[in-house]
Amino acid sequence: MNWFKYSSPQTFFPLAGKLALWFGVLAAIACTAGLYLGFFVAPTDAQQGEAYRIIFIHVPAAWMSMFLYLVMAFWAGLGLAFNTRLSGMMASAIAPTGALFTFIALWTGSLWGKPTWGTWWVWDARLTSELILLFLYFGFLALQAAIDDPRRADKAGAVLALVGVVNIPIIYFSVKWWNTLHQGASVSLTKAPTMAATMLTGMAVMAFGFWFYSIAASLMRARCIMLERERASDWAADYARGSA
Amino acid sequence: MLAALRCVIRRDLLLAARRSSDVLTVLLFFVIVVSLFPLGVGPDAGLLRTIAPGVIWVAALLASMLALQRMFASDHADGTLEQMLLGATPLGMTVAAKVFAHWVISGLPLVLISPVLALQFDFPQEFLGVLALSLALGTPVLSLIGAIGAALTLGLRGGGALLSLLVLPLYVPVLIIGAGAAEAAVSGLGGHAQLLLLGALLVFAVAFAPWAAAVALRISTE
Repeated sequence: MNWFKYSSPQTFFPLAGKLALWFGVLAAIACTAGLYLGFFVAPTDAQQGEAYRIIFIHVPAAWMSMFLYLVMAFWAGLGLAFNTRLSGMMASAIAPTGALFTFIALWTGSLWGKPTWGTWWVWDARLTSELILLFLYFGFLALQAAIDDPRRADKAGAVLALVGVVNIPIIYFSVKWWNTLHQGASVSLTKAPTMAATMLTGMAVMAFGFWFYSIAASLMRARCIMLERERASDWAADYARGSA
Repeated sequence: MLAALRCVIRRDLLLAARRSSDVLTVLLFFVIVVSLFPLGVGPDAGLLRTIAPGVIWVAALLASMLALQRMFASDHADGTLEQMLLGATPLGMTVAAKVFAHWVISGLPLVLISPVLALQFDFPQEFLGVLALSLALGTPVLSLIGAIGAALTLGLRGGGALLSLLVLPLYVPVLIIGAGAAEAAVSGLGGHAQLLLLGALLVFAVAFAPWAAAVALRISTE
């Protein structure tokens, strides 16, 4: 099978449509199952009561936020290295979903922090680096939005995403050391060492649900970007006529 | 090649000397921002002593960012930049020379004046050296990282605000470690660890940032 067949927008567009549909269905199933496990099957936590149940959204969202930045940087780097058209489109299609999950992780984290720690926000190393990750996503989106020429936008965004990837470990460790210098461990994010098996399963299923959702949403967005950029081509015109 | 680099540095410094108001504006901005903080948080000497390194560092970040937009803009406007892109000297080296000149114009004055500003905050005199040294090691890193952002936003509308959005998150490690050096020195831990880390960041940035900025310049001007 020739993988390069799908490196052109014309052939990838229908495939992305099918994939987005299937991953969307899988995401709906996994999220329903995961939320059911999380809210009805998993036992109440001995220390945190019911409040801990936000973990089923919070932790998978935080995982996705970091993972999606890496995926975005991967596509961006690929586009920069091989000058492929689709890679840049994929990178810009992933960025809003990544920013969304980063925001969800921060938001649910603060909702979780209020009942358990008694505060909406602490300058903990993980919270701070997640916040900076959100800023990095915003920077990427803002840069792409400011450039009119899509090819230049892709390349400039790629350089920024790669510089960001190099910076993320540095940011994480600097924030971690800064935090240990400044305040004692009044609040610790480390959870109880053992976790009920159902909790872990629920979290894993939710993580898969978010993962499939990210794929579906990114592909849908990539389809829009393809149509927009290839509007002068015949296939895009045919598609637009067919669906109108 | 070294002659070409010396030429670039000399040219940029000469241009800055002919238009010294640009240099002074950034310096004055730095001084004013630092002086605003006591007015905002109150004249309590204990509090000011604690926040002095952080305030000076944040102000240095903002001042460095203010100066960034000019790093390539005028060369881009009059076509010099295109000649540099076409020239035989590797673009990364030219960018490194430009960044160095830019730091001498916009970073070095901040380093030199920072002890005076720290005294306004009743910062302990024996640690002024650590503060200045941390700035001396950190501000070149700011210029180097900033060069990437300046190259990416070259000729874009809303360049200034966009530049800050791109560059400030990347400045975070420098800010944390830089401000941490003076704080650690005051608290008796000694700022050596932070100064060494700043040095490491500087070496890392010198090695990679000009190259990334050169790639960004080619993208922006193609």
